[in-house]
Amino acid sequence: MVENVENPVLELHNVTVAYQRKPVLWNIDLTAPSGKLIGVIGPNGSGKTTMIKGILGLVPLSSGYVKLFDQNLDAVRQKVSYVPQRGSVDWDFPASVWDVVMMGRANPKNIWGRYTPEDWDIVERCLAEVNMEGFRKRQISELSGGQQQRVFLARALAQEADLYLMDEPFVGVDAATERAIVKLLKNMRAQGKTILVVHHDLQTVSEYFDWLVLLNTRLVASGPLAKVFQTDLLYETYGGKLNILSKVGDLIQARQHPMRESS
Amino acid sequence: MELDTLWIILTGSLVAACGGLLGCFLVLRKMAMVGDAISHAVLPGIVIAYLLSHTRDSLLMLLGAAVFGILVTWIIEVLSKKAQMQVDAAIGLAYTSLFAIGVILISAYAGQVDLDQDCVLYGEIAYVPLDRFYWQGLDLGPRTVWVLTGLLLFIIAFVYWGYKGLFLTTFDEVYAFSLGISTTFWHYSLMGAVSLTTVFSFESVGAILVLAFLVGPAATAYLLTDNLPKMLLLSVILGVLASISGYYLANWVNGSIAGAMVVMIGLEFLWAFLWAPKHGLWAQRRKARSLDLSDIHLEG
Amino acid sequence: MEFLPDLLDPNARWVMLGVMAICASSATIGSLTLLRKQALVGDAISHSILPGVCLAFLIFETKAFWVLLPGAFVSGWISLRFIDWISQNSRIKSDTAIALVLSIFYGLGILMLTSIQHSGNAAQSGLDKFLFGKAAALMEQDGYTFLVFGAFVFLFVSLLYRPLRLLIFDRDFALTTGFPVFALELLLSVFTVSAIAMGIQAVGVVLMAALLISPGIAAKYWTSDFRVMLFTSAILGASGGFLGAGISLIWPKMPTGPWIVLILSLIALISAFLGTRKGVLRQYWMHKQNQIKILEENILKCFYHLGEPDASYEQKRSREEIQARRHFPPSRLNMGLKRLGRKGLLASQGGGACSLTEQGIQEARRIIRVHRLWEIYISKYMHLASDHVHEDAEAIEHIITPELEKELEHQLEYPIKDPHDQNIPYAPKK
Repeated sequence: MVENVENPVLELHNVTVAYQRKPVLWNIDLTAPSGKLIGVIGPNGSGKTTMIKGILGLVPLSSGYVKLFDQNLDAVRQKVSYVPQRGSVDWDFPASVWDVVMMGRANPKNIWGRYTPEDWDIVERCLAEVNMEGFRKRQISELSGGQQQRVFLARALAQEADLYLMDEPFVGVDAATERAIVKLLKNMRAQGKTILVVHHDLQTVSEYFDWLVLLNTRLVASGPLAKVFQTDLLYETYGGKLNILSKVGDLIQARQHPMRESS
Repeated sequence: MELDTLWIILTGSLVAACGGLLGCFLVLRKMAMVGDAISHAVLPGIVIAYLLSHTRDSLLMLLGAAVFGILVTWIIEVLSKKAQMQVDAAIGLAYTSLFAIGVILISAYAGQVDLDQDCVLYGEIAYVPLDRFYWQGLDLGPRTVWVLTGLLLFIIAFVYWGYKGLFLTTFDEVYAFSLGISTTFWHYSLMGAVSLTTVFSFESVGAILVLAFLVGPAATAYLLTDNLPKMLLLSVILGVLASISGYYLANWVNGSIAGAMVVMIGLEFLWAFLWAPKHGLWAQRRKARSLDLSDIHLEG
Repeated sequence: MEFLPDLLDPNARWVMLGVMAICASSATIGSLTLLRKQALVGDAISHSILPGVCLAFLIFETKAFWVLLPGAFVSGWISLRFIDWISQNSRIKSDTAIALVLSIFYGLGILMLTSIQHSGNAAQSGLDKFLFGKAAALMEQDGYTFLVFGAFVFLFVSLLYRPLRLLIFDRDFALTTGFPVFALELLLSVFTVSAIAMGIQAVGVVLMAALLISPGIAAKYWTSDFRVMLFTSAILGASGGFLGAGISLIWPKMPTGPWIVLILSLIALISAFLGTRKGVLRQYWMHKQNQIKILEENILKCFYHLGEPDASYEQKRSREEIQARRHFPPSRLNMGLKRLGRKGLLASQGGGACSLTEQGIQEARRIIRVHRLWEIYISKYMHLASDHVHEDAEAIEHIITPELEKELEHQLEYPIKDPHDQNIPYAPKK
């Protein structure tokens, strides 16, 4: 079950990504619609984070290409915002909430200059949207899990992007914060933003998302929630790796075989 | 205070200031041992520079020596990526081989190079006042002080104008990359600055002790504050204090001045490790023992 | 050659053997720390022995090695504890802790050493051999000590081989089964610090780390077997010791330590390049092998496709016909045709044309079969558009083994046609 859309905000065309020469994502062909809350689910190690990293150019693609807003990433970097996993950063770092959210206003063009008053206003506004205005000067080492997540979200908002890629934002976050964030995401959707969320909790999928992507090293399904959130497809997703695919992957790694003949 | 004493303390302070500023970023990037590698790797570069220029005065040659510092950074990357070596092993292999080459060069050309092994290992800061900088016949003070002051100004400018880039790439390199910021540029710029610092600090404190100036005050400051600008300032202050007190310690036991400064750096760190207000051992134990009700936040 | 007479001198002989022994011991112990990802801790310990040596000298007022060595040991041991204490009880990370302990202990040692030197104490003049390592100044009795230590290391590693292996490769499991993990780690630390305290006399403080890790680094490129790796690193370490000490015997001006390190580093670098397990050259060689296989198989497929429309598989084809069907760089096509001819898959028909032999036809069928099976597989399980499956199959067809082929056929239930509606050429029943 793979449904494609016209004018997709995100397009993956035959994308394969390898890690240490072994493919972790095989031949992903999908399009995602704009203005939707898109969930990406699958078992651990199924390549969900890798897919996001591949989209953002953080890992090289062994084959295929990715288009965002029908263009290459470099042309539209300003329009894409990344919210990484909370554990990817050392929260002992000497910085305040304000400093972190301010990062969202940086880009290669203004890297040598100072932040402007306009930047300050935007950061102020984003902090308010996630209910953290009072925490402006707070050291990030003193934040709870939910607060950390809100800071990351505020940073992403500060970019004023159109497409948001979030990696497991609700892990280790209290229920109230999760509700507040989902409410915020739905507001953003109402404003026409697209949000793609790698999600870890099957229980809340039908409540949160309009569009669903099922991944298990390869694409199992992608389409509107009602069509994709089906028992048989979920079995396929969570039912273990494809045997032959795994073996071929191992062979490719052992013999360091190229994924495409020209490479 | 004698003028010579002032020059010596000033030299130590300048080394400490340069080291402290850059060291904050090394510590936060978990690259303290890469700093160690760089300080060892520049030795062959320095020896070659002395051989080629036959004098200690050639700044240009010493700049060339700094290239070795960047070279070792590159070697470490190539070894860990292309040859798939563990990073810590790559660091160890890279700098020990370069340092060995440096020592061999010193031995082989012992007559032509004004370096001895002692100087290599702990410098001789006491000689600094003797090597003067003359301009149009005027004695403007020790050459080393001028060079280090120039270096410090350069580093201050680098940290000031590059603060955004340094902060972004240090705190969240992956996010910075996703914004389109060149993480490679900032990495190599920082390592280049560290390399320059080790080369120019070489005569005063030697190849190994410079690591203490890079990492010590920065680590101490890290325990004392949660604010990066404050951390930078604190590490400079701590470094200067260690230089001053180290000089007098060295006088008292009649030992190496650089060594004494490092001992003071160590004591500063120990003090902060035990008694820093929030992050010290005692403070942590006290917090764990008493259940502080005001620590429980209500979400909202 | 002048050094042969030197080796006949019993003193030099024992020193040489001793150096080889300490290099081999350090390499063995160092490999264990390398595998535990603690390569730089050895570096820190090496620098940290200095204050202990100086303190021992000051207290006991002698340079006897059985006084200084324990001093080195105690100091090195304390530094280890400090590193753990700092990194486990504060926000200071382990790399910073190592750098701090390394440089500060060393600074303290330097302060003490220079203070002793300036005090004019006549007895101190040999202390600095701990800093630089003067293998040439080693005595016969040092050689004996090293050999004895080497024997202990050998016993330790042979008798406790299994426990060590468990500790290194599956520490968590060992902890859960009540295995005496801490006791073993303690013992390992004792050996590590001892090896360092001794090795420093040969190569000096700074370069000791190389003695520990370089042979192990080299060995990892040749084998993944733990026992073989330990053995190899010991041999490589001893060789480095032999060659390095030899060089400084021939050229007395040359310091021994740096030469030993340089040779060990070269051995490590060469291994990284040539090593049969992960070396760069091997990666390159595998790449070339893959390219050749891909080329040959593509040529065979080409012949088959040319014959498919009218089942004329044995027909001879000219180079132009092949190039028309699928482009190959001319030199590569020539090479591929020659190789296939040598393997008996193609027969030359004169005028530059070739034809498939019976064996060639079977092989071509196999490749096409595997290609088409794979296309079915991925379009069934990956929901790929049918115009995308071909590209992937083009690459994967070259890697599917006969076993995998059987599995594929079975899994897909022996399909007859591929996604492009072409026949799947099964092998004729024997």
